[in-house]
Amino acid sequence: MDPSNSRHTNADPVLAQAAEWLDEGRRIALATVTRTWGSAPRRAGSHMVIAANGDFAGSVSGGCIEGAVIQTALEVIESGEPRTLEFGVTNEMAWEVGLACGGRVHLFVEPVV
Amino acid sequence: MNAKVLRELVAAQKSGCDVVLATRLGDGAQELIEAGRGSDGLGVDEGVLADVLRVGESRTVETGDGPVFLRPYIRAPRLIVVGAVHIAQALVPMAALAGFRVTVLDPREGFATVDRFPEAVLVKEWPDRAMAGLALDGRTAVVALTHDPKIDDPALIAALQSDAFYVGALGSRKTQGARRERLGEGGFSAEVLDRIHGPIGLPIGARTPEEIAVAVLAEVIGALRR
Repeated sequence: MDPSNSRHTNADPVLAQAAEWLDEGRRIALATVTRTWGSAPRRAGSHMVIAANGDFAGSVSGGCIEGAVIQTALEVIESGEPRTLEFGVTNEMAWEVGLACGGRVHLFVEPVV
Repeated sequence: MNAKVLRELVAAQKSGCDVVLATRLGDGAQELIEAGRGSDGLGVDEGVLADVLRVGESRTVETGDGPVFLRPYIRAPRLIVVGAVHIAQALVPMAALAGFRVTVLDPREGFATVDRFPEAVLVKEWPDRAMAGLALDGRTAVVALTHDPKIDDPALIAALQSDAFYVGALGSRKTQGARRERLGEGGFSAEVLDRIHGPIGLPIGARTPEEIAVAVLAEVIGALRR
């Protein structure tokens, strides 16, 4: 009767994927939702991991901004410098990449090295 | 993020260790902080860290060196089901699906079996002994489903003496009244006894064991998120 039974203590699958890709020697970046307003679909703390070849796992929205986040992540992998991103209807980027739900999100995109 | 931090984070989660990852958004400086420890480098207030771990929600706080994002990685909330009965057979898989760590407790032979509850940790002991070993805390819910005071009462007593965020007991209003009287004689005040949700579950007119399980789980989630 061990209450800390191992079946109950799994790592976040996105972070586990990130660790696996690192072990394979792949270059990766981690994107994290840091703040949301309104009806943003993914909570603060949600992760997405992106590899240099464009493979990714996890999500930071309902699918509306993932493309732009991947683009930024590839730049972050190259530069080695973290970046913050903002998406939302009040953002000028909304004309290209916005949240159809009307929510706003802030993201932090960092290289994992 | 440093690869070492990522590996420590994954290891902490695998071992069931609660941690907060603090990230300074200006320059990406990071610190992995274990529950109960303070912040060394990023100057995050200890009370804030404790609060983030308790609530389980990420938050950005201001420090002298700019905003710091706090992301808690904590074990899933836990549901202790007392009584490996028919309703439990519906409730346990639903709760596991909703992300709860589920423990089923029933001392009776043949009730708490792996075949009936593959998703749960099973405890085949009397609750007066077993509950002490389960370390009930503020992220634990306890539901008593046996209808048998010999099993339900000691489980409820342990739950009421803990910080459990939800305590519920199956039974009609009449059963609840009788139970309230028994536990009251045992020294619990009316205020403490009010913590027991009974009749258990949201009032959705549930009839079948499966529907009752939905009502119970919804009430537990409501208590967790409120």
